[in-house]
Amino acid sequence: MTTLLTATGRRRTPAAPRRSDQPAARRGGGLRRFGVQTLLWVYAALAFGPLLLVLVGSFRPNADILRQPVGLPTSLEFDNYRRAWETASLSTYFMNSLVITVVSVALCVTVAAMAAYALSRWQFRGRALLAAFFISGLMIPAKLGLLPVFYMYQSLGLIDSRVGLVLLYAASGIPFSVFVIMGFMRGLPVELEEAARLDGASEGRMFVSIALPLMRPALAVATVFQFAPTWNDFFYPLVLLRSNEKYTVPVGLTRFFGEYAADRATLFAGLVIALVPLAIVFALATRHIITGLTAGMSR
Amino acid sequence: MVRADVVAAGPVRPARGRRTYRANRTSLGWIAGFCLPALTLYGLLIVVPLATAFYYGFFRWEGTQRAQFAGLDNYQEVLTRYPLGDEIPVALWHNVLFFVGTMAIQNTVGLGLAVLLYRNPRFKRFFQAVFSLPYLISPLIVGYIWSLLLSPSFGPINYMLQSVGLDSWARPWLGDPDTALPVLILVNAWQWIGGPMLIFLAALGGIPKELEEAASLDGASAARAFWSVRFPLLMPAVGVITVLTFIGCFNIFDLVYALGGSDGGPGGAMDVLGLLYYRTAFEGGTNAIGESSALAMMIFVLIFGVALVLERFLRRREVSS
Repeated sequence: MTTLLTATGRRRTPAAPRRSDQPAARRGGGLRRFGVQTLLWVYAALAFGPLLLVLVGSFRPNADILRQPVGLPTSLEFDNYRRAWETASLSTYFMNSLVITVVSVALCVTVAAMAAYALSRWQFRGRALLAAFFISGLMIPAKLGLLPVFYMYQSLGLIDSRVGLVLLYAASGIPFSVFVIMGFMRGLPVELEEAARLDGASEGRMFVSIALPLMRPALAVATVFQFAPTWNDFFYPLVLLRSNEKYTVPVGLTRFFGEYAADRATLFAGLVIALVPLAIVFALATRHIITGLTAGMSR
Repeated sequence: MVRADVVAAGPVRPARGRRTYRANRTSLGWIAGFCLPALTLYGLLIVVPLATAFYYGFFRWEGTQRAQFAGLDNYQEVLTRYPLGDEIPVALWHNVLFFVGTMAIQNTVGLGLAVLLYRNPRFKRFFQAVFSLPYLISPLIVGYIWSLLLSPSFGPINYMLQSVGLDSWARPWLGDPDTALPVLILVNAWQWIGGPMLIFLAALGGIPKELEEAASLDGASAARAFWSVRFPLLMPAVGVITVLTFIGCFNIFDLVYALGGSDGGPGGAMDVLGLLYYRTAFEGGTNAIGESSALAMMIFVLIFGVALVLERFLRRREVSS
């Protein structure tokens, strides 16, 4: 900031003509722009290349991959996918992951939206404390409480249960969702709600018909940011699930990688299958992802 | 439309409307109904277990049976007795290297990419999307992808090195204790680089153009204008990234598990606190609950404490600078 002040403070001294030749210099740097574009493409290759190798590998016969690890597919080999999907029971893992993720994200975002609405719109004692309590969860390494959760679940019969996982995921997503939705509500004018209140709408009615539709962008960010970590999580199911038919994709993958270690092609296909839902979410919600990633900036 | 309704409805029921509005008090029932579901879930499954772990750590355990009160014995045991006493400093050191290495790579490259994109916005959205693509992938899957790509005999990386004549560079990247940790850091930075890039890009966009123009009017070179004007204003962004990266790096588990198994690779070259906790809690001896709870509390204090201090420190800098 000090450097900044001196810079603006001496603003008047320099000669005016500089201003006009600066854009010209920028326009003239065609070579430089080419260099910049090249750098960007090089990093794009670095970021996307590994994924491309996996994608291409998933269409090649295993023998080809072992002979020549990098290369184009000679023919499109969908057998790899069939093997991964059916024989290696990725289909089971996939459905488990999908159900667990969708239900837990819905639960998490619903309860978080309600709490965030109450915390940002109603005055009551302990409100600030409650908000701080929720948001402090952003810094809590929740996984370290897994052992007590394990014994609690054991006494409740929730070990090796998808319900147990859904509850745990919903709980662990609450701090971020509350944080995002509260931040969004703060920037939202209260006039509409006041109008509804004057019309005699009940609190519940106001939440459902007025606040929920307005907070849709924040709900989208919370959903996307809860979807990916839940779909990806490995630690909880590793500890809490026992039987093969309840495994989610990540735990299933560890088993799959053990069994098919030599069959590279099938492994590549399995990885692609595991990535498909995220690719869909990414394609649909890039904008929300960018909003969410930069949400921390506006604190 | 809505406003017209308000005006029309206003005079009809003035007393009721005004009273609820002015008092602005919501009944306790509504408050409880809206807050309790989230509070119950979060409290019962996140906060209470951590408190319980704290409590567990003060007792000796015989399997799942709680035995006598042990005070701080578990803590002492974890820190001094073989093998944990030796493994903890090593794992902690790996976490520190992992954090520092990740920060160094992802911030320099992320800032570089953000500046390039800011200066040259052609295909900006496309590049943004491609750069942050790995961000969404599960660390476990990232680990498996790279373990396949880096595998000694059939991995594409070694194959490419050999095909350009760099045979001597080809090696079992993850099987060699010397390269395992650096590779882990590179893979992690590769995955998360999109985050800093996007945050820096947003921060750059938030800095008024006039500031840099003023500097260049002063005769500052482009580089000088960047370092003296723009860079200090990016510090809040660095703060956010530091806290997030710290929490992520000290929580790391999946990526290392995929690259090196639950033992942390060759000779424990990639062993980190997360793996150590997992092994103590779920592959430990009779006093596993006591020991792992003590370990969990120490890791918790480390992560939560440092994150808190970092945030305070960075926030104060923001205000004073």
